[in-house]
Amino acid sequence: MDFLQTLKIALRALRTNKMRSFLTMLGIIIGIAAVIAMMAVGSGASYVISQQIASIGSNIILVIPGSTTSGGLRTGSGGAQTLTSDDVKAIMNECPSVGLAAGTVRTSGQVVYGNLNWSTVIMGGTPELFEIREWPVTAGRNITQQDVDSAVKVCLLGQTVADNLFGSADPVGNIVRIKKIPFTVIGVLERKGQSPQGTDQDDTLFVPLRTAQRNLSRSHHTNNVGAVIVKAKSEELLGKAEEEINSLLNQRHRITGGKEPDFSTRNLSEILAVAEKSAKAMSLLLGAVASISLIVGGIGIMNIMLVSVTERTREIGIRMAIGAKKNDILMQFMTEAVLLTMLGGLIGIALGTGGATIVSSLLGWPTMISIQSISIAFVFSAAVGIFFGFYPARKAAGLNPIDALRYE
Amino acid sequence: MSDVISLTDIRRVFTMGDQQFEALKGVSYNVAAGEFVAIMGASGSGKSTCMNILGCLDRPTSGQYLLDGLDVGTMGPNQLADIRNKKLGFVFQGFNLLARTPAVENVELPLVYAGIHAKERRHKALMAMEQVGLSGKEKNHSSQLSGGQQQRVAIARALVNNPAVILADEPTGNLDSATSEEIMSLFMALNKQGITIIMVTHEHDVAAYAGRQITFKDGKIILDSKNGLTV
Repeated sequence: MDFLQTLKIALRALRTNKMRSFLTMLGIIIGIAAVIAMMAVGSGASYVISQQIASIGSNIILVIPGSTTSGGLRTGSGGAQTLTSDDVKAIMNECPSVGLAAGTVRTSGQVVYGNLNWSTVIMGGTPELFEIREWPVTAGRNITQQDVDSAVKVCLLGQTVADNLFGSADPVGNIVRIKKIPFTVIGVLERKGQSPQGTDQDDTLFVPLRTAQRNLSRSHHTNNVGAVIVKAKSEELLGKAEEEINSLLNQRHRITGGKEPDFSTRNLSEILAVAEKSAKAMSLLLGAVASISLIVGGIGIMNIMLVSVTERTREIGIRMAIGAKKNDILMQFMTEAVLLTMLGGLIGIALGTGGATIVSSLLGWPTMISIQSISIAFVFSAAVGIFFGFYPARKAAGLNPIDALRYE
Repeated sequence: MSDVISLTDIRRVFTMGDQQFEALKGVSYNVAAGEFVAIMGASGSGKSTCMNILGCLDRPTSGQYLLDGLDVGTMGPNQLADIRNKKLGFVFQGFNLLARTPAVENVELPLVYAGIHAKERRHKALMAMEQVGLSGKEKNHSSQLSGGQQQRVAIARALVNNPAVILADEPTGNLDSATSEEIMSLFMALNKQGITIIMVTHEHDVAAYAGRQITFKDGKIILDSKNGLTV
């Protein structure tokens, strides 16, 4: 018997009991919709995390000064002023696994433009900083090495700062006052969004490193940097670069034996990779919970198919008497079950996709629907049909034609 | 004339738990091509068991059954399904048409399992329906047909594959006498065209339409008469 005919018979059987077919399908519809929606929420979350990783820049190591003790009080990490611009140069030149290194200083203060003012983070940086963080300007120009060398009083605005001081006007070329010192705005940076910790990365103002060291830093040592951001040449070289930096700085800072280092290194990408992994595990977990409802739906299919086989015993007998083989009957009922689950799967995919979209627009959760999760759901729904349809179909095919014909 | 059916010492024993019941106790007879045979007997006489064996729905415990020269007793379930499909046509007491299915598709059903494609199927089905006088009723569902018409659809379904034998099991059992006569004349007409028919019935006036009557009692043939003469 050809497949088209089998399909036609199955469709007719499903149409005969429209309400029952729909209710049976509902189990699969809900199951598949739940799987799709849960996967969408889960992969949306891990997508956001990976975006944040990208927003920091890739393959980054952070070098920060250690703590210091003054008058019996220990400051926290970064409290000491032990890293200098010379350390940055040495890291750049002497560590073969390091691609780029940028010293930064960080302070905060009030920025004034006309009658508006805004309190923000003020960072001193070099051109390398923007390259490492993959952070281009949308208007104006970037800070150049020359700006740094001559300690020019110019600044770059993050989007949030630009919005608060200038609104929709173009800030480039205007003068703002930082701690009462006038700075010329040379550019505005592209919007970067939230950091993995949730702080607004665009609420920052950048000035050339040396300008910050000389004019804005509270420190008297004008060669000090607050932190060094290092980019390794590749992901594989991250660990090696970290080792090289440690041994170089130990040597430069004469740290030997049991002496505690006056700096520490942090590998940011690693921390975030862990976060991403846990988000992925979460999405798998959600998917697993949702697929339980799919199994429940499958049991519903099996139940109804068994009822259907009993109801149609006589029909099975007629078909067998006029020449249907066991295989024909098996295929007929399997086709019916698979058709039910695949139709349910398709509706479920549509519903799940819609549901995910509604969730993301109502709750503001990021959701992502991948072709992969849709195809997995579809294949899974067919598999449920095959798995749960087999037992009833085999029962139908195993009927004795004489008994089946006499069945009332 | 060659024999379409040849039964030799057919026995059928049913086992229920440790009880054994012999429904057929050594039955032998031949049916030649073109014969119209009525099988008679009270219920429990073994006629239905014999019919199931003739219809390849059941297999004898012992004995030989040749259908159109083929030894059916040694065949597996799939081969038997093929034999039922190609060599036999069934007509039942309760018509046994598929519900909510147009008449013509009911007639087509054996051809579907024979693997014949749609166009030829429809052509053959329409011819069979014409043969039983049902032209114009192709699209009707069984619920829209009278009992007599439903039985005609069933006969058309039995005819459509050009079987060697048509097996009819109490074909008039569910019909009033006028419709019964109609169906029996149809059988007579088909028999005149050379179609072999074996019919189970317990009504003497229905059996009288057949040229030969075989009477069963207690699992054995007690009378086999042709045109009123004992064979």
